Amino acid sequence: MNKSSIVSSVATSGAEKFGASRSAMGVSGGIGQSVTREEDARFLTGRGRYVADINLAGQVWAVVVRSPHAHAAIRSIDTSAASAMPGVLGVFTADDLGDDLGTTAVAFKRVRPDGSPIFWRAYPGLARGEVHHVGDPVAFVVAERLDQARDAAEQVLVDYDARGAVGDLEHAVAPGAPAAWLECPDNISHVHEIGDRAATDAAFASAAHVVRSRYRVSRVHAQYMEPRAAIGSFDPIDSRFTLYCDAQQPHRVRDILAREIFRVPTGRVRVVGVDIGGGFGGKGPQMLEFRLLLWASRRLGRPVKWQCERSESLLFDEHARDNIHEAELALDATGRFLALRSHWIANVGAYVSSDRNIQATFQNTPGMVGVYDFPTAHVRFTCVLTNTPSLAPYRGAGRPEASYVIERLIDDAAAQLGMDRVALRRRNILSPAQLPKVTALGYSYDCGEFERCMDMALEMGDWGGFARRREAARARGLLRGIGLSNPIERAASPGMEYAEIRFDARGRATALMGSKNHGQGHETAFKQVLATHLGLAASDIDYVDGDTDRVAFGVGTFGSRSAVTAGTALVIAAGKVIEKGRLIAAHLLEAASADVSFEAGMFRIAGTDRQVGLKEVAAAAFQPERLPAGLEPGLFENGMFSPEDNTYPYGSHVCEVEIDPQTGTLQIVRYVVADDVGTVINPLLVKGQIHGGIGQGGGQVLMERVVYDPETAQLMTASFMDYAMPRAADFCDIEVAGIETPTDRNLLGVKGAGEAGAVGAVPALMNAIVDALAPLGVTGFEMPATPERVWRAIQSATRQR
Amino acid sequence: MIRLVVNGQARQADVEPEMPLLWVLRDELDVKGPKYGCGIAQCGSCTVLLDGAPVRSCSVPVSAVAGKKITTIEGLAQNGVMHPVQKAWIDHEVPQCGYCQGGQMLAAVSLLQNKPKPTDADIDAVMTNICRCGTYARIRTAIHAAAAAAPAKRV
Repeated sequence: MNKSSIVSSVATSGAEKFGASRSAMGVSGGIGQSVTREEDARFLTGRGRYVADINLAGQVWAVVVRSPHAHAAIRSIDTSAASAMPGVLGVFTADDLGDDLGTTAVAFKRVRPDGSPIFWRAYPGLARGEVHHVGDPVAFVVAERLDQARDAAEQVLVDYDARGAVGDLEHAVAPGAPAAWLECPDNISHVHEIGDRAATDAAFASAAHVVRSRYRVSRVHAQYMEPRAAIGSFDPIDSRFTLYCDAQQPHRVRDILAREIFRVPTGRVRVVGVDIGGGFGGKGPQMLEFRLLLWASRRLGRPVKWQCERSESLLFDEHARDNIHEAELALDATGRFLALRSHWIANVGAYVSSDRNIQATFQNTPGMVGVYDFPTAHVRFTCVLTNTPSLAPYRGAGRPEASYVIERLIDDAAAQLGMDRVALRRRNILSPAQLPKVTALGYSYDCGEFERCMDMALEMGDWGGFARRREAARARGLLRGIGLSNPIERAASPGMEYAEIRFDARGRATALMGSKNHGQGHETAFKQVLATHLGLAASDIDYVDGDTDRVAFGVGTFGSRSAVTAGTALVIAAGKVIEKGRLIAAHLLEAASADVSFEAGMFRIAGTDRQVGLKEVAAAAFQPERLPAGLEPGLFENGMFSPEDNTYPYGSHVCEVEIDPQTGTLQIVRYVVADDVGTVINPLLVKGQIHGGIGQGGGQVLMERVVYDPETAQLMTASFMDYAMPRAADFCDIEVAGIETPTDRNLLGVKGAGEAGAVGAVPALMNAIVDALAPLGVTGFEMPATPERVWRAIQSATRQR
Repeated sequence: MIRLVVNGQARQADVEPEMPLLWVLRDELDVKGPKYGCGIAQCGSCTVLLDGAPVRSCSVPVSAVAGKKITTIEGLAQNGVMHPVQKAWIDHEVPQCGYCQGGQMLAAVSLLQNKPKPTDADIDAVMTNICRCGTYARIRTAIHAAAAAAPAKRV
């Protein structure tokens, strides 16, 4: 299909144009309109309900005793003093758990360099004989009150025999480095490769130009404002576990707990997800505390609650990114890309405990060829063990790194070859006529207008006028730089999702969704889908997500998937409502069903004024005497959707920074984005997601960083005093516009928007910083661009000149 | 026994004097609007107004606020009518996950009391609460809108 023929909206400038053409059409409150959010009134009056706000009758409190050593054998654990403390109900270690709990597992087939199987170790629940990072859980203390549990935790005496440790990637791969696990002396968990090595090597051998760079992507933490929390409860009457938690994937939490951990029928576990104070990929389904809380509740006969503190969060939550890239670009004499070759060296922490912990190292990395026409490419991966917590997806999960490598490499190539950065991109960018296309790394792009999107961003950001602004900044004593990135990412990859529309006997609808809102505005967006497809007003619909007892099936929210997967499942369910409703309406209207049409909530007989509304039809479904003979009463319809292929949202970011060379302080002074996320369900929500992604990608480039001491593997950044977080003053306003080329890979034409901002921001902002510093001869500058690091880079370059 | 005035109501709590105000509000008085984020007065999720001025309740001992007027996000609307800041927050769709927004709005209310027509620089200087969803640009817009809509009244 020629995608340009279905472009539905073209914004030439200005944020408000995004999705504008759609908002003019269709039903009130429907798809494409900037509807404000259903859930906001609750949040803005203090009535949001997060896990920590919930207390159950008879509830007691848990505290986890964690290892202060990065790598040690446990000689002994003495719990006697702690057990005797006031209010203490139990002090548990691995010996108490016995064989009660299973573990998660790694299913990806991977090998080590010598062909032996991947080295992986799952968290056992509580440490069995040895610990492998600071924060590794050793004991679990439960007491009547939180302060009592905390006091008792301090009395748990653990005798450790410390071993050598490795705290960072560079250290772990250095010759003679200590082993993170004694059984794996070289610290290599596994290796992997994608693409065509032979063709790529051949292309490099004959290239006119080869550009080589090394990039370091820092280690960060998702830093959701709500630290993780959960309450575990066991009901001995029906042998059921109930877990209240802040997981993005409640049904997956249930499935893991039932199948892998407690080995009970799935129906014996209920998981309830309520409001979630941010997740960004980081609130995964396998969190260790869940099983400990449920196990302790079963043992003690009381609901057990745990709330993570911020420092504990940094000690034990999964971290993100943390990789090194040795990247090479081969070009012909005219600047055409011949091949990309890269070595992705990833820190995977101490515990490769489930597939989740290695996903980000390879699964989203084919985005490394970007929106460019590469005849061939090859990427190899080396996954390295360190004595640090596991790594896991966080807003982009490998996508920002992939985009970072190609977009920085193009800038480096342009600088080395004396070419214009934009012209080099333009020379190699894929045209709509080249789509659909399977890329050299295996993605199958279906639609998009990459160059047009880039041109829109260049125009919005007045790229052409930059030289004047740089001069003006120079007159003020400031260094000004501009950066461009053209990110593309895989979104909504194949995987099921579920939606159900349930009417009651009075004709009122409830939407039950398998995806889990945690800030995206699902309730609002999915009600818009129902406004368009069923003509129902938001006030006609009750909304349910997150409770595995109420929602029959679900997978959850991650990987920019919910609008695609849950949204399409909802459209499928709505189609079934109309199908059955048409039979009922035809009976009520005394017409043939083939003559009944449905539009904007009304069933009509074509060419007449006879009509009946969906609500009345739904009520009639519960009155057998009003139904056609043989039709089953009731109106409960569901939909399942699993995309056959990924969608590929893409965009272009243009960013400008000013740096004060005297102090190294940096300000983002201009930021524009042109995006194509397919059909826009709600421009306000999409723009909010883009803003948020830029905030997180930008935060990583500007200031954020998890730091471990390389030799002791002690965490140096365990609070917001040490881990810098971006605040209001760190960002200028962000202008977001876009084009809509709907994908035909789902019924809504949506591509996903959750991660796009972060994927584009990391390279765009860094390219702007590198550009600002280039006139001083600064090379090899790496994130984070804190004032001190910028100042040192300037001083070092100035001395060398 | 410590006596407090929370959202216009006289309350009392039988707690140790050094207990942080945040936990007295949440655990003793069941006022759940203030949120725990970091415990060291960095993030501002726990912000409440103390006699109209924003404080980070995780780091204020309850003994320091005896007898003072405490306003939490639950107390911002008056007689069921939302405060202009809350209305602006809805109109400009500020929240995403919502967790930090109570604190953000209370900080904004205080800003508007002191500077009814703040500049962007005024906003950036005062609004130091962290929002991980990155709603800062919309917070800025909403504060300007609230400033334009009505002079913030004293709470």
